[in-house]
Amino acid sequence: MSPVNDRAVRAGSGTGTGARAAAAGVPGGSRRPAAARPAARPVRRRDGWTPWLYLAPALVVLGGLLVYPIYQLGLISLLQYTQAQVSGGEPTAFRGLANYAELFGDDRFWQVLLATVLFAAACVLSTLAVGCALAVLLTRVRALPRLALMLAALGAWATPAVTGSTVWLFLFDPDFGPVNRLLGLGDHSWTYGRYSAFFLVLLEVVWCSFPFVMVTVYAGIRAVPAEVLEAAALDGASQWRIWRSVLAPMLRPILTVVTLQSVIWDFKVFTQIYVMTNGGGIAGQNLVLNVYAYQQAFASSQYSLGAAIGVVMLLILLAVTLGHLRLLRRQGEEL
Amino acid sequence: MNLPVSLPARPLRGRVRRPWRLAAEASALLIAAVVAFPLYWMVLSAFRPAGEIESTEPRPWTLAPSLDSFRRVFGQQEFGRYFLNSLLVAGSVVIASALIAFLAATAVTRFRFRFRTTLLIMFLVAQTVPVEALTIPLFFLMRDFGQLNTLGSLILPHIAFSLPFAIWMLRGFVKAVPEALEEAAYIDGASRARFLWRILFPLVFPGLVATSVFSFISTWNDFLFAKSFIISDTSRSTLPMALLVFYKPDEPDWGGVMAASTVMTIPVLVFFVLVQRRLVSGLGGAVKD
Repeated sequence: MSPVNDRAVRAGSGTGTGARAAAAGVPGGSRRPAAARPAARPVRRRDGWTPWLYLAPALVVLGGLLVYPIYQLGLISLLQYTQAQVSGGEPTAFRGLANYAELFGDDRFWQVLLATVLFAAACVLSTLAVGCALAVLLTRVRALPRLALMLAALGAWATPAVTGSTVWLFLFDPDFGPVNRLLGLGDHSWTYGRYSAFFLVLLEVVWCSFPFVMVTVYAGIRAVPAEVLEAAALDGASQWRIWRSVLAPMLRPILTVVTLQSVIWDFKVFTQIYVMTNGGGIAGQNLVLNVYAYQQAFASSQYSLGAAIGVVMLLILLAVTLGHLRLLRRQGEEL
Repeated sequence: MNLPVSLPARPLRGRVRRPWRLAAEASALLIAAVVAFPLYWMVLSAFRPAGEIESTEPRPWTLAPSLDSFRRVFGQQEFGRYFLNSLLVAGSVVIASALIAFLAATAVTRFRFRFRTTLLIMFLVAQTVPVEALTIPLFFLMRDFGQLNTLGSLILPHIAFSLPFAIWMLRGFVKAVPEALEEAAYIDGASRARFLWRILFPLVFPGLVATSVFSFISTWNDFLFAKSFIISDTSRSTLPMALLVFYKPDEPDWGGVMAASTVMTIPVLVFFVLVQRRLVSGLGGAVKD
């Protein structure tokens, strides 16, 4: 990355906070002088154990209910652990990597993995496209349409995943749903075919996750100083050119975070698939990793296989996050 | 209403030509209608009389609103109790995780100590853990501690899973309180605890509210833990499970499902409307820092 570009990004994000905070009415917005950065804080000797005291409750809870279960997950994935072991009928046996070998030798697993990656990618791209487009649209309209769109988006955002899933199913119901009537599809069943079922779930996922992107990117655009945009317009830049060469670079920190969040959320999608395709679709055609792991463990009592799938997911998401952290560091962001 | 949309119009907007702006506004309204339509249809269907829901010619209105579906929902055994359970679980999680996250966020922003950066990275990484995969070990953990079928089995894991994001998000708010204020408080003789709870806590409160939206929603929406940990004692069930009672894949009672969905969505909507102003500012802070 060129140093000039880098500086522009940082300047953009730097001015961003103050303006955004002030615009959105954060009380802290104006009281955020550079001196408040912890980096400028002199080291105090008497701090001693105090930070650890403050951290203690969080560390206890996270240790007991996050770190320890992760360790257990890893352990179970190495054991022979089925209904017989759970009920105590048979002793647990150490299987080493045999569960993983079984998993990787199973065509089903690769099929589900591929479906998960493609489905998550489609969801992330659609969510980002819709969210960004609507954020730009919000800046082009007057208060009333903006209020309407904002309220509708907040409503979609607030809808619980379970209710959202049942409502969308009902909308696309072959017998009583309004969508088939409107499109004249008769009693076409959306959940019968593999791709149309995935498409239906995708619609629901985009509907309930684009508001986060829209609101965040909108807040980011508002924070871009008007002079910058005006200067670009005066120089004869087209709208598209302004977006590509001015807004996008300035919004990059925000866009990276939003993308990462979407990737994490959509890769882990569970409720929508589980409810809308009734646990993974006909003959498991709509399984994604998360649902697959759950079905293996709780429906088939193959706890160790389920745990192994969980470990694979964990590693994939870990790789994505570490990649993101490296990106942040290269952009010179301070933690 | 105090929506972020009541901000002053951006100066550039004057440059957008009039027909374009009208087209943009028309499409914004149209999109708003499309986005709101599922919710409208949900509420509408909840109020439809039974015969009208099963109609093959659905109309976007109803001439004879009825409360039948709601009666069926509340008549279902212990629906009120499920509602209270959900409220209790979500409430406990929101309060506990806000307090714990506040302390932790203060530690990582107001102090410098060894492993600080490592901890921060761990908090970020912890957000990516697929909660659903941990259902398996958590199930055995709850079983070993005799916590299956209790509300605690829902509250504790949700506190743990909402903490990393809450801490991450609160950092910005704690950072925003100037150091000078802290020094002034100590000079005036305030103890560390007094500064923490009487000065810092009220100042960071808006951030806590924004953060609690996320823990509230994820807890309120959860149905995986409820499904997995509440296996035999249905009096400890929560709303999502009650909703799925009406949703049988072959013969769903759509009226009941929609009424139960409406009942389940309303508290979240109320919560959202109450905190939406803080939400946008909170996101701004979280995204930057």
